[in-house]
Amino acid sequence: MPELPGLAKGLGVTFKTMINTWTKGAVTVQYPHEKEDLAPRTRGVIALKEENCTVCMLCARECPDWCIYIEGHKEKRPPRREGGKPRTVNALDRFDIDYALCMYCGICVEVCPFDALFWTPEYEYSESSIADLLHDKNRLGEWMVTVPDPPALEAGAVKKK
Amino acid sequence: MMVAVSLPYWELTIVKTVVVLAVIPAGALIFGYVFLLKIMAHMQSRMGPMESGGFHGWFQLIGDAIKFVQKEDIIPAEADARVFALAPLVVLMSTFLLYVVIPAGPRLVVQNLDVGIFYALGVSSLGVIGVLMAGWASANKYSLLGSLRAAGQLIAYELPLVLAVVGVVIQAQTMSLQGIVHAQGNGSIFGFSLVGNPFVLTQIVGFVIFLAAAQAELTQTPFDMPVAESELVAGYMTEYSGFRFLFFFMAEFGTAFALSAIAATLYLGGWYQPFFKTGIMADVLGPVVLAVKIMVIAFVIFWVRFTFPRFREDQLQGFAWKVLIPLSLVNIMVTAVFKVLL
Repeated sequence: MPELPGLAKGLGVTFKTMINTWTKGAVTVQYPHEKEDLAPRTRGVIALKEENCTVCMLCARECPDWCIYIEGHKEKRPPRREGGKPRTVNALDRFDIDYALCMYCGICVEVCPFDALFWTPEYEYSESSIADLLHDKNRLGEWMVTVPDPPALEAGAVKKK
Repeated sequence: MMVAVSLPYWELTIVKTVVVLAVIPAGALIFGYVFLLKIMAHMQSRMGPMESGGFHGWFQLIGDAIKFVQKEDIIPAEADARVFALAPLVVLMSTFLLYVVIPAGPRLVVQNLDVGIFYALGVSSLGVIGVLMAGWASANKYSLLGSLRAAGQLIAYELPLVLAVVGVVIQAQTMSLQGIVHAQGNGSIFGFSLVGNPFVLTQIVGFVIFLAAAQAELTQTPFDMPVAESELVAGYMTEYSGFRFLFFFMAEFGTAFALSAIAATLYLGGWYQPFFKTGIMADVLGPVVLAVKIMVIAFVIFWVRFTFPRFREDQLQGFAWKVLIPLSLVNIMVTAVFKVLL
């Protein structure tokens, strides 16, 4: 026989929750009509800042799911100094992330040495066909506008020049 | 109602049948929507269905019912097809028969039997047979075990249910549900007779036992061992699909409605309200008063359901045999002694 006070207390909890839900609203959100307040650094989707990418392939190689596809080619640029050797730069032809495979670990964002990949809090990119979850570099670039500003520096920190 | 009374027997029977046929799905839908979908959601700080039908998801359960009817009626190859098909009907039948004796007004009752409450408790246990039929005919050992688990519980809790009612019967000196309503309506609390004398005051122990046993009869948490939705995913009805499953669902909530009505009649004075004892107004107000009392009782039943976790099987049986039955026997004894002395 369980003791009574605990049982009564339990009934009180559910009753109070019910009244609170009536008067103050539920903790849940009626999603399509209203949206959740997301945490500032929510990991929704990964955005690509194309001009920062050097086709170094670090992200593609670190990706545990092998869901990043990168292709590029080398281009010659004029030398820095007169009579010097022409510079070689990598140009990005293809940068795809297959979100059907991605597990949102964020390792690609971590390893990118030139800040070309960013987390954004957007999450509404579901598709009715799984093949459409492969985002190309244009689609990834569109997410850039949704990237939140970096958090403010701590007091006393020196801004990099 | 005067018109209905003067109808010939067969026409009156049709009217009564149609009313009962409408009340059961309506009651099941109201209970399912108000309690299972909305109150439960609110107690968990959710909103429940909000989309279907436009206004607070009122269409949700009707949509579910339509979905069930559309589904294929699967009968397993090894199953005893005839018994398998019949079992949900037997369960639903026991629910239907319950409504025969529930009075909603001085003349609003299908049949005011002299042994009303005895009959009601008798037909409510018919459901056990349907449960056993379902489990046995499914040709599935898990369904069979589930049905035995359910039967063991339903039979165990039948006893406290009956014994709790005996106290009311002793006090009212009748088994007719109309008689019990009148006994409460004509009673008085120490000479104060405005609200009559609802038996919940004198039979509070019986009331609590009745509610606990009714909870178990409805296989609702904390007595939902036979169904165990979250772990075993239903016992005797695992093989059922489509509208036969819908029958089990409807029977559960139809019985919840009927047992709440019986509890309201036995302990809260049923359709009785202090202003009109007889006449057309009593017949008009009766169903409303009864409905309010049903909702109050059902709220308590479902409140407990949404709050407490499940009993273990041995605790469940022990609670019936070691706590509820002795307690109800003591209640009968005390009631009988007071009846003789006073």
